[in-house]
Amino acid sequence: MKQSLIDKNLLFVTGKGGVGKTTVATALAWLAAQNGKKVLIAETYARGDLAKAFEVPETPYSGKKINENIVGMTLDTEASLREYLKLFFHVPVVGRIGPLARAFDFLASAAPGVKEILSIGKFTWEVKAKNYDLVIVDAPPTGHIIGHLCAPQAINELVKVGPVRSQTQWMIDILSDPSKTSVVVVTTAEEMPVNETLELIAKLESQTTVDLGAIIVNQVLPELFNSKEEEVFDKISDENAINEVKKNFDLDITSVVEAAKLAVGLRRQRAKHLQYLTSQLVSSIEVLYLPYHFDAFYGLKRINAVCKDLSEELM
Amino acid sequence: MKTSLNFFDEVVSTKEVIFFCGPGGVGKTTTAAAMAVKLASEYDKNVLVLTIDPAKRLANALGVQNLGNNVNKVESAEFLNNSIEPKGTLYAAMLDTKKSWDDLIKRHAPDDKVAQTILKNPLYHNITAKFVQSHEYIAMERLYELHTSAQYDIILVDTPPTRNALDFLDAPERMADFFSSRLLRWLITPYRSRLVNLASRPFYQLADKVLGGQFLQDIADFFILFQSMYDGFIERAKAVSHLLTDQRCGFVVVTTLEQVPFAESKFFLEEINKRNMHLLAVVMNKVLPDLLRSKENLEVARELESQKEKIGEFLSGKIGTELSICSAVLSETAQSFLNFNKVALIEASLEKELKNQAFSSLKAFYSRFEPVTIKDLKDLADQFVVTNK
Repeated sequence: MKQSLIDKNLLFVTGKGGVGKTTVATALAWLAAQNGKKVLIAETYARGDLAKAFEVPETPYSGKKINENIVGMTLDTEASLREYLKLFFHVPVVGRIGPLARAFDFLASAAPGVKEILSIGKFTWEVKAKNYDLVIVDAPPTGHIIGHLCAPQAINELVKVGPVRSQTQWMIDILSDPSKTSVVVVTTAEEMPVNETLELIAKLESQTTVDLGAIIVNQVLPELFNSKEEEVFDKISDENAINEVKKNFDLDITSVVEAAKLAVGLRRQRAKHLQYLTSQLVSSIEVLYLPYHFDAFYGLKRINAVCKDLSEELM
Repeated sequence: MKTSLNFFDEVVSTKEVIFFCGPGGVGKTTTAAAMAVKLASEYDKNVLVLTIDPAKRLANALGVQNLGNNVNKVESAEFLNNSIEPKGTLYAAMLDTKKSWDDLIKRHAPDDKVAQTILKNPLYHNITAKFVQSHEYIAMERLYELHTSAQYDIILVDTPPTRNALDFLDAPERMADFFSSRLLRWLITPYRSRLVNLASRPFYQLADKVLGGQFLQDIADFFILFQSMYDGFIERAKAVSHLLTDQRCGFVVVTTLEQVPFAESKFFLEEINKRNMHLLAVVMNKVLPDLLRSKENLEVARELESQKEKIGEFLSGKIGTELSICSAVLSETAQSFLNFNKVALIEASLEKELKNQAFSSLKAFYSRFEPVTIKDLKDLADQFVVTNK
């Protein structure tokens, strides 16, 4: 059997907005923790998604203990700059570096890879220092992740000399080792997410050295009928059959049958996109499927449910 | 559904620019295109839809593939092929960020030599691609250019995908701020003399340490050139900001009635309000049909589940199939209703929340088919009736 995702050290969970990236990332963390791993899960944009999912007030940069095995954190340019300087340049930064961080923030935005390297640096550092068994990054959406993953190379090429450059090689080593690091792409079986997923896979292949661990298709609608059942359904949904039921059981099932037709249609529409997705993938890429949850629960309850689905797919 | 107020009449008579915003994946681009098709079909107007990175399917439907940065007319044949006789004219444009930046530099640079030097600077691409929301800024800049060309009666803008909701609305102002900032002055002060300046010393020592001196020098060189365009940029940015809060500019928030996108949409609504911008309507997209919300139907589904054996037996005789398959199909049918009913009830409660508000809300139902042609787009827009005001 291939090495399971949760046995790696660094996972970047990405995907188009709205496909359930955070849910999958938190469920992966939950599953790893259940298997006795020490897990750090990090949010890259300070939107509070992680805190909401874990039902805690906040997940600060310094880390919030979620349970025995999981720590949640949120990236922060100022804090990561501070830590970076302390770790690699032995520059203790005392007091607030607010204006400095803002100025740096701008410079870092202008220079390709500088801001990204602070985050990549943080994650790879946690792996290098073996502070956790697994670091899961609730990563930027598909459009931005490549920039993050390329940051060490970009710095290598752009900054010709200087200490930053010498700090990039070990990051590249960790990122390029498929036994340590993988990208997990979350998608739904819809047109745009599927297209973005395929674009991302192509870019991962051509522009980075990072391994694609798995594609996780989220919110897969259940299949209502097999082909034999579908024939029967067609006959039952016939007007005469519906009238017979009405006459003999005093039950008008017209709308209920109509709803089932819609469900079948939705499933088919999505199956078409899914088929396209898998037809474009080489067979070595692992594709996992997570079912749609009709219940409206959020937070830990959902994490638990998706965690169960994941473990069934992975084990 | 009848209504006294025709949304599209109102739009045509009061608005020149309409922004479509909302969370990702809710059908923003499709909604903008659908409304544009409807407007061009039914009103004698020049309608432009400015879209960012459209799905291929949509581009094909409008006949706008490989647009580059130009405005393309959607030929009336495209309408006539779909049995629609358009009263107006539809144009479509895409945003090519890099091309738009190049054009902007050429326009604002004092002379061709400076323009070429900037365009050839190795940092130029990275800086325009990344700094202070350049994508958002350039989208606004391009919109302003199209609007002031006075060739279009109404422009529908599919907003760029942004990390932070309405960043694009602030982009012009931030660009202006940036150009007058101390940071920029620091950057363009010759590198050596900068080290003498006490205030900026810690910053440069740090930046020097982290990035290396050569890199800072490269950046300084770039911004010295860039500064020559200061006035043009500030003026433009102010004009664009002004346009955004003008009465002629309206916002449509597109959302689905799912909890996560809905929460994000509420944030959009608050922001639009806070900025004194004009909200036209909320579009609830991909809504499950009303029959899934009905209490009577829910009872029927429950009854069907509990009587699946009896009804199955009866039907299997009628249609000549095995009893077990027949009951299984009936059970699946009932279960499917019960499942989707849960989703439909969440949608109903979120819809109710919107209806208590003082703005128009429009609704489009989930279609089993994705819009492929101009006709599909128009059919989608025909669904939009005001459900409250």
